[in-house]
Formats: sequence, C-alpha cells, structure tokens
Amino acid sequence: MSDLLEMKNLRIGATVYPPGEKPHDIEIVKGVSFSLEKGQVLGLIGESGAGKSTIGLASMGFGRGGVEITGGEVWINGRDILKGGMRGLRALRGAEVTYVAQSAAAAFNPARKLMEQVTEAALQHGRCTKSEAEARAVRLFDKLGLPDPETFGNRFPHQVSGGQLQRAMTAMALCPQPDLVVFDEPTTALDVTTQIDVLAAIKDAIRDTGVAALYITHDLAVVAQVSDHIMVLRHGEKVEYGTAEQIINAPQEDYTRALVTVRQIDHPEKAPAEPVLTAKNITARYSGTRYDVLKDVSIDLAPGHTLAVVGESGSGKSTLARVITGLLPPSEGQIDFAGRTLSPALAGRSREDLRELQMIYQMADVAMNPRQTVGTIIGRPLEFYFGMKGRKLRDRVAELLDKIEMADGFIDRYPAELSGGQKQRVCIARALAADPKLIICDEVTSALDPLVADGILKLLLDLQKKENVAYLFITHDLATVRAIADSIAVMYQGKVVRYGPKSEVLAPPFDDYTDLLLSSVPEMKLGWLEEVLAHRKMESAGH
Amino acid sequence: MTPVVKLLAQRIALGLLLLFLVSILIFVGTLILPGDVAQSILGQSATPEALANLRQDLGLNEPALTRYFDWLFGVFQGDLGTALTSGQDIAESLGARFRNTLFLAFWAAIIAVPLAVFLGLLAVRYRDRWPDKLISAVTLASISLPEFLIGYLLMFFLGVKLRWFPSTAIGYRPDADVFTRLEAIALPVAVLTLVVLAHMMRMTRAAILNVMQSAYIETAELKGLSTFRVIWKHAFPNSIAPIVNVVMLNLAYLVVGVVVVEVVFVYPGMGQYLVDHVSKRDVPVVQACGLIFAAVYIGLNMLADVISILANPRLRHPK
Amino acid sequence: MRIPIAALIGLILTAFYFLMAIFAPLLAPYGMAEVVGGVWEPSSDAHLLGTDNIGRDLLSRMIYGGRTTIFIATAATILSFTTGSVLGFIAAVLGGWADQVLSRFVDLLMSIPTLIFALVVLSVMPVTVPVLILVMGLLDSTRVYRLARAVAVDIEVMDFVEAARLRGEGYRWIIFREILPNALSPLVAEMGLRFIFMVLFVSTLSFLGLGVQPPQADWGGIVKENADGIVYGIGAALYPAVAIATLAISVNLVADWVLNRTTSLKGGRG
Repeated sequence: MSDLLEMKNLRIGATVYPPGEKPHDIEIVKGVSFSLEKGQVLGLIGESGAGKSTIGLASMGFGRGGVEITGGEVWINGRDILKGGMRGLRALRGAEVTYVAQSAAAAFNPARKLMEQVTEAALQHGRCTKSEAEARAVRLFDKLGLPDPETFGNRFPHQVSGGQLQRAMTAMALCPQPDLVVFDEPTTALDVTTQIDVLAAIKDAIRDTGVAALYITHDLAVVAQVSDHIMVLRHGEKVEYGTAEQIINAPQEDYTRALVTVRQIDHPEKAPAEPVLTAKNITARYSGTRYDVLKDVSIDLAPGHTLAVVGESGSGKSTLARVITGLLPPSEGQIDFAGRTLSPALAGRSREDLRELQMIYQMADVAMNPRQTVGTIIGRPLEFYFGMKGRKLRDRVAELLDKIEMADGFIDRYPAELSGGQKQRVCIARALAADPKLIICDEVTSALDPLVADGILKLLLDLQKKENVAYLFITHDLATVRAIADSIAVMYQGKVVRYGPKSEVLAPPFDDYTDLLLSSVPEMKLGWLEEVLAHRKMESAGH
Repeated sequence: MTPVVKLLAQRIALGLLLLFLVSILIFVGTLILPGDVAQSILGQSATPEALANLRQDLGLNEPALTRYFDWLFGVFQGDLGTALTSGQDIAESLGARFRNTLFLAFWAAIIAVPLAVFLGLLAVRYRDRWPDKLISAVTLASISLPEFLIGYLLMFFLGVKLRWFPSTAIGYRPDADVFTRLEAIALPVAVLTLVVLAHMMRMTRAAILNVMQSAYIETAELKGLSTFRVIWKHAFPNSIAPIVNVVMLNLAYLVVGVVVVEVVFVYPGMGQYLVDHVSKRDVPVVQACGLIFAAVYIGLNMLADVISILANPRLRHPK
Repeated sequence: MRIPIAALIGLILTAFYFLMAIFAPLLAPYGMAEVVGGVWEPSSDAHLLGTDNIGRDLLSRMIYGGRTTIFIATAATILSFTTGSVLGFIAAVLGGWADQVLSRFVDLLMSIPTLIFALVVLSVMPVTVPVLILVMGLLDSTRVYRLARAVAVDIEVMDFVEAARLRGEGYRWIIFREILPNALSPLVAEMGLRFIFMVLFVSTLSFLGLGVQPPQADWGGIVKENADGIVYGIGAALYPAVAIATLAISVNLVADWVLNRTTSLKGGRG
C-alpha cells in the first residue's frame, strides 16, 4: 500500500516575546518523521507542549498564531505540499485534508446555518453539486446519530448541544470526501457520558468512509480505541511509535510506560469512623434563579478520610462545595463540623471555623494573587490565624515548602515563575498552613497533565497520612476517584444518586446513572469501546 | 412576544426613560445650582428692583417642580420658551440653525464613515506593516489635538496660505445652491472628518481584528477558501454589529465636535448658538440646546444597541 | 529594567513640561500680562515667538499659559481619579444595592456629552479656576468610575479573592492588598489618558471663552486671543497646537508603556 501522508524530519518554530527579554525563536517540533497509509488511523499522543496539534495542522500546511514550519517535508498523495505555495495549500485544505477542532462551539460561524457550513468546502472545491453535497450531509448526520437528519442542517450552531456540534463538525470534515481527516482533541471538552457516543460515532464514520485520520489527544485510553498506530510525543520529539497494541500492552520507553500506568495508585479504603463533617438535607439555589441546584443532599466525612463527590458538569458538585464553605447559604439543611453547627453564611462563622476548613481550587494560576510572593501567599494564613511574625514565620513557610517537596528558594518567587504543578503545590501549602481539619479539593488535578496530576495526588495522599486531614474531593474523573477515595457520592442533576464506601459504590448492582457513568470512562485496553457498546446494546435489547 | 421584540422594546423604553431623566438633570443643573441665576445674568452691580423683576420674569418665585413641568410640557408642544437676551422665540431661531448643523454633520458623516471603515480594513489587511503603522501614527496625532486647533491649522494652511478653500464659513447661506454651500463648509467638514475618523478607524480595526481571531475564521481557512470568501462569508456577517456600534458611537462624537467647529469657522449652527448664549447666561436657550444635543446623543447610542440586537444570530434565531 | 526608547522620550518631554510649569516665573523672559511691544510682531531676538494681539511677549504667555493649563488639568485629574476609583472600588466590592445606585447614576451622567453638560453647568456658575476644576473633575470621574469598577469586578471574581474571603479577611485587606496591586497599572495608564483629555478639555473651554478668564494666560485662551490673526496669515494662534500635541503624545507614550508592562506581567513566564 502506498503512503498517503509522509512527514520527513519536520521542524516547526515560533518567535516568542517574553517580557523584559529580547524576542527569540523557539522550536516546537524538533525533526519528527512518520508516515500514514490510506485508510489508517494514527494517534498522536502527548502532554501539553508536546507539539501534537502543531504537527496535525502542519499536515495542512497551517501554522497557528505565528507558528512556522521551518524545515522538513510534508508529502501528501505524492506531493510535497510545502512547495506548492498558497495556491496548492488552498486546493489541499478542505478537499484532500480536513480538520475537526476541539471546540466545535467556537469553530462554527455563529451567523450561518449548519448546512451551509457543512457543505461549503465540498462546493468550493467543486467536488459535487449543491444537492449532492446536501444529500451527503444528511446521510452523514444520520450516520453520526444526529436528531432529525433531514432538517438538522437548518439550525444555527447555538441551537444545538455541544455533543451534537462536535458530530456536526465531523460531518463537516467528511462531507468533501477527503483522504485524510485531522481530529484535534475532538472529545476533550465533552462530558464522559457524551464522549463515548461521539467517539463511537467518529469511529464508525472513519470505518465506513475508509478515510485516513490523525487522531490527536492527551488521553491514551481514548486514542487506543480508534487508532491502528500510535505515536507518543514529548517536547516536540518522537518518544515511541508502534501499533496501538504494542504501545498499550508492551510499551518500550519509560515515558510511555508511565502514561499507560497513570492513575493506577493503590489506595485501600479506610474503616468507617465518626464524622468530622456532616451535611444534612442540603437544598440550595442561586439568587435570582428558579431552580434548586442542590436537592436534599446529605453526606458525611470522617477525620483523615477522603470523600469523592463525582458528577458531570451541571450535577451540582461544585455548588455543594460553595454551600459547605458558606459562600452560598443553603435554603434548607444544616452543616455540622468538628462537633459544632456551622452558620449557613460565611459572615456568621468564627475564625476557628474558617481556619479548620480550607479550600484548594482547580485553576492554581487564578487562586494566587499574581502580585504576592510564594512566601506571602503561604505566610498570610500563619500570620492571620496564628499571629506568626519574622524569623518564626519564615521558618514555618520553609517547613511547609519542604512538605510539598519544594526547595525554600521558592519563597521569594512570584506565581508566574512557577510551573502548573508547582502552583498547585503552593496552593496545597497555603491550605496546610492553616492546620485544617478538612480541605475541599475542587477539581484540583483536572487542569494538569496526567503525570503531573499523579504527582499531586500522591502528595495529597501522603500529606493526609501525616496530618490526618480529611478531603472532600470534587471531580468528574473516575480514575482519580479510584486512586484517592475512601467513600464516594455520585451526583446527578443536583441529587446524590449513590453514596457509600468506595468498595460498595464501585461494585454492582448499579443504578442506571452510575452504570452509565462508570461504563463510559475509557479504559486503557484495546477493544474496550466495542465491548461497552455491545454490552449496552444487549442490555437495552433485554429490557 | 419573541425575545428580540422584547429586548428592543426594553432598550427603546430605557432610551426614553434616560431622556426624561436627562431633562430633569439639565433643568436641575441650570436652576438649582448655587449662584442665583438672576444675579449672574445681571452681574454684581444690578439693583434689587431689577433682580426682583428678572426673577419674576423667569418664574423663579414659583416652586421648582411647577417650573419644571411647565417647561417640559412646553417642550412637548414644541415651545422651547423665549431667549432672555433677545426676546426671540427659541424654537424659531433654533429651527434654521438645527438644519444647518445637520447639513454640516451629515456631510462629515458621509465622508468619514466609509473612509474610516475602509482604512480600518486596510490597517487589518496590512497589520503591523507600514500602512497600519502610518494609520495609527496619524490617529495618535489627531487625538492629541483639540478640535479647535485642528480647525485653525487647516484654516491657516489650506485656507489662508494655499487658498484652496474659503477660510471661514461666514459666507454660508442656507438658501444658496448646494455647491456654494458645500464650498463654504469644506474646511469644517474636513476638521470633523479628521476628528471622528481617528477614533472610528481605531475602533473598526480593533473590532475586525477581534472577529478575525475567532476560531471559525481558522475553520474557514482550513477549508481552503479564498481570502475574499473568508472575509465576505465568515468575517463580514459577524463584523456588522461591532462596526455599526463603532460608527454610531463616533457619530455621537460629532455632536461634541460640531459645537467647537462651528465656533471656529463662524458657522451659523446650533453649536455656535449654544456657546454664544452660555457666555450671555441665557438659561432657556442653554436648556433647549442642551436637551436637543443630549437627545441626539442618546438616540444614536440607542440606535447602536438596537442594531446590535438585530444583528445577533442568537437573538434572531432563538432556541 | 529597560525602558523602551519611545517611553523614554515621552518621560523626558513630560518632565520638561512639568518643570516648565513649576518654574514658570524663573523661565519666562517677561511678565505674563506685560505689554512689551507692538501687535503681532514677528519673532526676534527680544521675542523668540514674537508678540501677541496686544503686544505681550508670546513666549512668556506660552510658559505661564502652560503653567495654568497643566495645573488645572492635574488638579482635575486628581479629583476625577480619587472620586472615580474610590467609588468604583466600593461599588465592586459591596455589590448589590450600592453598586446599582452608583452605576445607574453614572450611566445617566454619561448619557449627556461631557462638553454639553459642562456648558450647561457653566452657564449658571461663576467661571473661576476652582469651579472649572470641580466641574471637569466630577464630570470626568464617571469614566474613571466605570474603568475602576470594571477592573475591580474582574479581579473580585478571581479565586484568590475568594480564598481571602474564605480566610476571613476584612474589606480593607481585600481592597488594598488583593485588588489594588492588581488594578494599579491599568488605572495609572488610564490616568495618563484622563490627563490628556483634561488638557484638551480645559483648552477647549478657554477657547470658547468659558474657561480661564483673561488676563490670565492659558493655552486655549492664547488661541482665542490670537485667532483673528489667522486670516491675515499670522500663525501666533498655532503655537499652543505644538505644545498641546507634544505634551499629549508624550503622556500617551508613557501610558502605553505602563499598560504594556502590565499585560506582559499577567502573562508571566510560567
């Protein structure tokens, strides 16, 4: 079989303008070579900054925001596309190679109907007539499981849901009958139960049309479901290339092995104990709205234990955190903490209440004042709650830095000088400084790369053991839950639908939602997608 | 009622409410501020009898609320009162001047709007290259000078030194033919254009750049569409609202610019009339002019919002 | 820290004008209102810029005029800034009812063009320097209020402010330690732009005869006094154009630099 796409020693660079320094060039992709046969799917995987999206766009001769291809060759259908000039690239883009973006919501023009946008490339390249293109679009809508395929195209982008838009974007990429589709993190922005359907739809569409694809993602479990081959990238260089089976089952490089085994932290569940936090029958709504975001929610949490609150976007899990912290007083219900009943509103709580209940946020960058040094950030709770000053304060800050495995040289640094993982560590130290009984962790690892996230989870478990602090761990990621929880509350549409010790919650028999949620989480094994779908088909046939 | 109609109704109602409140503000601003109006009109040397007479004439002895409503009902019936200094009917003197001002502003807008949009597009097309840099330099220079100085600069160089245009608009006659009138206002129009152009160009550039950086423009480029089609089919429909907004906001600048430019070029418009009567402390005239200027300004802002509402696909095609 | 060349030029020129304003009596060759020659004499060794419409030395008038203009503009800017930013911060931090009342009132004030509003007010007020500063400063504070409130609201929703609230910090710490350090740079940059606007504003008012009153000199007034010369080809009225433009551009360059420095700091080096 002949190669459809071949990249030879591809080099991609950009000019950066760091403040206070001279602008200089950096290399994003450092000499990557690979080839892709017709009808095959290649998964590109790596952490942020690995250069995977940049390589994907380079197959269309495109550089995003000042990024330029500085060397190497990109051959498609026997032509070096970098030598054909703008004219050649225009003839290629949207005809031979098409693109599916991560955020379909932003990638569709809000002012034009879906059908116009889906058929546009096919028509502009003269690949078919208008009626043929529309018929093809309707067939694709149908195949991708979109509702009312005949009339779906008459809607505007804002009139359909995020999952549907992502499918429509796939239809848009397939409509001109290209030879190659570049999928750039197409399911990353979706909830896990939506992701599985879109993933299945994309996989079917690829198989039925026989198109080749570059599938870019940071999630190895996802890419294992759709790819024939996988290339692992790091810092713009190829780490490992092989068949999907070889990468998942027999990785050669340490880095790949780390990616495969990520989130496999072994965490035995602790025995039940008297709770430190009890929330009883909490019902809450935001002022000015008419719907309760939390409906009769009750949970409790023992000292030194972790309760994971799991749910998808809109399930009310973050609202629960706001209620417990006092930022959103509930309309009904009561919160008991450390043997006393907490005032529903923040203003009514004592300094001791506030000190013993700390919070860590998802986005560490905005959780720290950019104008304060690490020393001030960690030192302020010490000064505020314990009145520490001078030498004593500085020593204690150094001690806390040591606990989060950072050198005390960081004390005078500003947040902007830290990496993502370091920022989150500083936030953990700030929470620990108050010597709390409970820390609420709101999606603390979801903005981090998998390996960095793993480091944070291990640190949190380690600290829990030493300090006997309880965690209320809010997350949408079930792998994280398995790694860290003692007990679990599954939330759906403002209610707790399943609650108990980890071993019970994660064991059958399941309620419908928990079953759907658990079975939708991609597993690091080949053929998982087919298994789940077959299983679901069987179940629905059985009903 | 569809959401668009509801929003439009709300916006228009808000505009009217604003206008009503502004009328109160202007009334309060002129009559209840410290300093006796009668005293300040007649000066320190006025006799007590003269002051008492004037207060009587102005109705200053009535309660403020009564005076306000008398004034407001008068305005509704087209009666703006009489000028203190000349005793003339204000509505009558204003009518002709208002038309003159509109004539001047109209021509300034006709020239400035297409030019600004075109230059804004040019700046985007040649972003960070010399046309863009030249345009921003000229913009910086022209917003660093007050309108009246731009006026005198043009008058001095184009009118007096080069003699291309009449240096003042003193020869303007509303009943002359269009070409004579246009020649008379050539320099004032040029000044107004320059003043409005700078802001309008800068804001147009920003508005289009904002649209051009959207993800859907990248999608269009990755479909292999021509630059023209990307701009025409994808950027343009989404740029209408911001550009119209920019245009309307800047036409509101014209309202202020016109006051000063009329004084510089001795043009018989409403701005000159207003400034004349501010120095003469002729309160009823100032109130009337202030209200009209504010009404035009509020109207333009309202129009800008109405057009943005109409151009928003989310509102036009609700879920 | 490296200062870009444009900002450096801006800083030097701005400093030059301010020093000239402060030391005007020492620098000016003649008295402000002293008649020293004929009407509209051309420039000579005795009168570098020539004389004005009644024979006063134009250079001296320009120096004293700059002093008046810069003094009024500075005072009005300070007034506008303190009023606007204090109220804006209070509205942002308190929120709710106080925010609504303040913001709607500012909307109302801003629905009348500033110049028109100033003319309406000045038609009944005595035109003195304190009144000018008061009217200009208060009218302009509406714009500062909007900016300060917008900046503070943006910062106020950040997690680090929430973290401070959860810690139990009072309003004083939140405003001065969390919000202010992050709001300072955009506000300082805006201060430059407001100052330029004040210079243009007071010049315009004086030109219209409603600002600084003769025989006191100021840049707008010099234009008014010498405007009649324009039609005879006498350019005396145009000197203030050079002064205002160079001052405005210099301040603009400095403000731009301050603003750029802020945005790059936000980006960080992470």
